[in-house]
Amino acid sequence: MNSTLAILAVLDGISYAALVFLVSVGLSLIFGVLRVVNVAHGSLYAFGAYLAATFSIKVAPVSPWLTYPALLAASIVIGVVCGGFIERFLLRPLYGRDDVLQLLITFAAFMIMDNLQRLIWGVQPIFAAEPLKLLPNVTVFGVNYTSYQVILLPVVALATLFGLRYFLRRTLAGAVILAVTEDREASTSIGIDARRVYFATFIIGASLAALGGALASPTTSLVPGMGADMIVLSFAVAATAGLGQIEGAALTALMIGLTRAFIIYLQPEFEVLVPYLLMVLVLLVRPFGLFGAVHVRKI
Amino acid sequence: MQYFKTALAAAAATAIFAGAALAQSKPQEIKIGIATFLSGPASVFGVPARAAAEMIAEDLNKKGGIGGVPVKLSFIDEGAGGEALVSNYRRMVQDEKVDATFAAISSGSCNQLVPVAEDLKVMNFMWDCGAASILETKKYRYNFRTQANGTPEMLAVLIYLLKTKPDFKTIAVVNQDYAWGRESWEIFSTALKAMKPDVQVVAELFPKFGAPDYSTEVSRLLALRPDVVLTTAWGGDLDTLVRQAGQRGLLQQSTFVLGIGESSIQRLGKDLPEGLIVGARGDHWFLHPEKKNDRAFKAFNEEFKAKTGAWPIYPVYHMAQAFKALQTAYDKAIKANGGNWPTREQVVDATAGTEFATGFGRPVKLRPEDNQGLEAQLVGVTKSFPGYDFKLLDNMMIFDPKVITNPAGVRSVEWLKTLKPEFAKMDVPTFKQ
Repeated sequence: MNSTLAILAVLDGISYAALVFLVSVGLSLIFGVLRVVNVAHGSLYAFGAYLAATFSIKVAPVSPWLTYPALLAASIVIGVVCGGFIERFLLRPLYGRDDVLQLLITFAAFMIMDNLQRLIWGVQPIFAAEPLKLLPNVTVFGVNYTSYQVILLPVVALATLFGLRYFLRRTLAGAVILAVTEDREASTSIGIDARRVYFATFIIGASLAALGGALASPTTSLVPGMGADMIVLSFAVAATAGLGQIEGAALTALMIGLTRAFIIYLQPEFEVLVPYLLMVLVLLVRPFGLFGAVHVRKI
Repeated sequence: MQYFKTALAAAAATAIFAGAALAQSKPQEIKIGIATFLSGPASVFGVPARAAAEMIAEDLNKKGGIGGVPVKLSFIDEGAGGEALVSNYRRMVQDEKVDATFAAISSGSCNQLVPVAEDLKVMNFMWDCGAASILETKKYRYNFRTQANGTPEMLAVLIYLLKTKPDFKTIAVVNQDYAWGRESWEIFSTALKAMKPDVQVVAELFPKFGAPDYSTEVSRLLALRPDVVLTTAWGGDLDTLVRQAGQRGLLQQSTFVLGIGESSIQRLGKDLPEGLIVGARGDHWFLHPEKKNDRAFKAFNEEFKAKTGAWPIYPVYHMAQAFKALQTAYDKAIKANGGNWPTREQVVDATAGTEFATGFGRPVKLRPEDNQGLEAQLVGVTKSFPGYDFKLLDNMMIFDPKVITNPAGVRSVEWLKTLKPEFAKMDVPTFKQ
């Protein structure tokens, strides 16, 4: 492989990693704070994508540039409505009970949302590429790239990463979330409403999943089953990074993106295996993931 | 005298058997069980096919049904897959007591259900699955394929390519990583090697089924600059690949061949450029050059468009073929039975070797040696025409199925290896849109 192809592979890898990170970071955040493995995350991604496409198709005739705020609006709507509903009515009654119940209830939510998606948007693929078409292509060594994929998506991913870091470490609301994550009982005893923290965190995580879908929607066909594919990949990223590790999710997404891109250039037969091979290799060496830490159980 | 006694005994025996047949009373309805994708990515085929089945059954019943008996449909979801699909199929046959089944779209489903149908002695029409191997490895009594298999479908596309772009030197493939993606490439590449051995395969890419992103594959192909890019992907995967390739100029750089792209043309709309070679899994096209002025064909297409919002695609016509095959078989069996209602076994007997015509394409014959349908293949090239917000097919060739289907008893790949470059020079009628 010559250096030209290597640079092309790096660009492809970064673009893919950006999207993977945007989808998986919400899953990591929710697990980090609520200790809930949210199987419905894939459905939130799919709903975000479908609603963003619906909004884009509606506003594009008015002004194509309105499609960008439409993507953001769709993410927030899905995060607040669907995320809020799942947390308030499905998960809240189960806090403190067996973890398996949370897994089952989010799986049930996933199945219900998968069917709802078909009822609302049908089964034919939907494509709404207006936001992508608005930005020009860039040419690297004679190969065209869309700036949406090689510039915009990585920039949004980096902004999300640093925005989350800032929010959690430099703001009062972030400090409250971290306090609840660290010790729910102690934080409750000093007057923090843990329920509200869980509710808000779940909505943020759900909005991030929906944002991943919304940003993916201009680049891909929206089809039934798209959420299931993404949840598997998100779990692989979250598990490799260490559940709850936001920076770890970013690094893992980058590892997966770059390895996948190089594999496609060198040995495309192994493309499908890349995320899972990486996961197995990392977990064999570090069972709690790249950035995960061993937790001491309180007796 | 001895001769007279023997003749009398034979006549008596005939009368007894005929009596048994005569005793077969006309049922209140013919129950048809249909396996189709109602969930998952392949529902892009399965749901329009279900709409077609309901429409055809309604029209058929308005005209008196089959042999004067109305048909009643029940559906099972192929999306359930695995054991659930087999259980549902068994339930449909044993509990609902369907008279015939149409199963299925996926070759994986067909591989599972064909032996079950044989075991349960229920007539099954493989109405859409394309794996050639199913009927090549075993002779079945109750299973028939009412359309072509992957071999003529891919061979027609290849011959079209060789006829229209004879000078290409390099090719790359981007297929979905599952049975059809792999098998269709095996068929295509084997025939290509036999008929044009100097072509170099520069990339064989098999991205994950349902992959949301083909950016890296597109980059690699842009760097490799192959003369031809083949894909037999379908549904959302094909739409995504074509759009991502189009946005980055790959569709303009290489000649794209969409092996079964007919089903995506309407959805891709203006994003599909001119000059792409498109196969139709049969001679299926809502503006079929030999049928487009036919009143019944137009009425069917318009009724389907009114019902679903889109013109019919190939699974719709495949569904129509299954119904027509069943109707033809029943009519034949009733006639053979002296106008009386036939037994199930008599209907199966009548199905073998039957020829039927939906009127939506050329007639299809079920080859008696292996129950394989011989179905014509239509291939064309995309072109803009006024009045349509999507590309139409132009310079269409319709291939004779008898010429491009492997003979009964000969495995597809073995037959393809025997082809010579002259094979691609066959005369094929060409039609303008």
